[in-house]
Amino acid sequence: MTATFPDLHMPPRLLAPGATPADLATHHQRYGPPAHGDPEILLRTVAESGLTGRGGAGFPTYRKLVSVAQAGRRTGRAPVVVANGAEGEPASRKDRTLLRLSPHLVLDGLQLAARTVGAGEAYLAVEDGVIWLESALARRTADPLPVKVVRLPKSFLSGQAAALARYVSGGAALPTHQRPPVRERGVHRAPTLVQNVETLAHLALVARYGADWYRTAGTPAQPGSALCTVHVPGREPRVVEAPYGLPLGRLLPLEGARAVLVGGYHGTWIPAPEAAELALDASYLGAGVLAALPVDRCGLAETARVLRYLALQSAGQCGPCLNGLPRIAGAFRTLAAPGPQGTVRADLARWSGLVEGRGACHHPDGTARLVRSALTTFAAEVDAHARGHCTATDHTPLLPVPEEG
Amino acid sequence: MSTAQHIDIDWTACQGHGLCADYLPEHIVLDEWGYPLVDGAPVPVGTVRRARRAAADCPVLALALIPVRAG
Repeated sequence: MTATFPDLHMPPRLLAPGATPADLATHHQRYGPPAHGDPEILLRTVAESGLTGRGGAGFPTYRKLVSVAQAGRRTGRAPVVVANGAEGEPASRKDRTLLRLSPHLVLDGLQLAARTVGAGEAYLAVEDGVIWLESALARRTADPLPVKVVRLPKSFLSGQAAALARYVSGGAALPTHQRPPVRERGVHRAPTLVQNVETLAHLALVARYGADWYRTAGTPAQPGSALCTVHVPGREPRVVEAPYGLPLGRLLPLEGARAVLVGGYHGTWIPAPEAAELALDASYLGAGVLAALPVDRCGLAETARVLRYLALQSAGQCGPCLNGLPRIAGAFRTLAAPGPQGTVRADLARWSGLVEGRGACHHPDGTARLVRSALTTFAAEVDAHARGHCTATDHTPLLPVPEEG
Repeated sequence: MSTAQHIDIDWTACQGHGLCADYLPEHIVLDEWGYPLVDGAPVPVGTVRRARRAAADCPVLALALIPVRAG
């Protein structure tokens, strides 16, 4: 069970209070009726709000909406909109929590996005909770565009935009060589807007309350708030809504921590003293995962577990990823065990360089990022392991890794 | 005026046949698994013909010449 404590940092915008799912009546009571404005005015409001995507890449929502709308006009094909609730990242819970507690906020945003780009079809793609979402949809008799819920296979990559577009089109949930990009040719070869469900929920509120309201949270450079999944050892992961610019130390306790993993399994390890100086920032936040590693744990062992999972999650389509990720995972496993390391450090550096930027999706890039940050952050531990010694005293696995055998 | 071209690899198609490295040794070398490492530079005008042949002769048509993206 995921607990939510959004009230710790700011009045909750997205998550229904009390961790109780909001039905349509409760939703309307809380937020008022959905806005049905002129798409041009909404586009301008979204531009002024500075809203960015919450799926990990942080792309400006306004620019994405405009480019899909333009592609629709240029090709003469009505675009398709896909609400992305895949959340393949094992350490993230924010999208499923949002869909469980505030489904109607996401569905409002989906209708608004569809109207803004002139879409003719709308989908909501999720791994779990299909029946709950279909029953929520059945209550929404006023929606102009019907929404089809698509159940995705459980995989790290199923939420990647091209994989998602391919799956919704009836193909396999695998990334493709994106030429032209999904925004121009996606689902059934129509221009396609793939937007994370949290982004759509923010969009629904920006449409209701305006850009100035949205900007009352966050910083001038990074306005607004983001849902984060916070992992603190010994406690269930929490989903917290926090404004950009909030000191990291207020989101998770850093005393007794060795390092923090920010941005999930494609993210970055940061030493705890550095993390204490950081504020919540979209440039490293990814899809909002923050995980503290206590001083009594081994960051190399944790990274090795994650890398094994990432290698297994490679779609196996692209040569460098297919060849590189298992080798990287294997080499890191050697590093994680105290003892002779041979050429492992040089191999890891070389293979990380060889996989980077050489795939249809960013899976190899994200994996290389994790490797490099682990080698930097845990450099002293690598040296200790080379001398046959691990400084950790607790070897219980910490980070969630599915189907670990 | 013609736009500069650069080499684009479809990594989902490439099987490491390596013909591209034979055609364009000054731009493409093979990595330790036999997959092309492309230098990323725009293809000089004098090389474009050879690059087009590399694209046409790739057994899985994984190589393409595309206009250099602005920005």
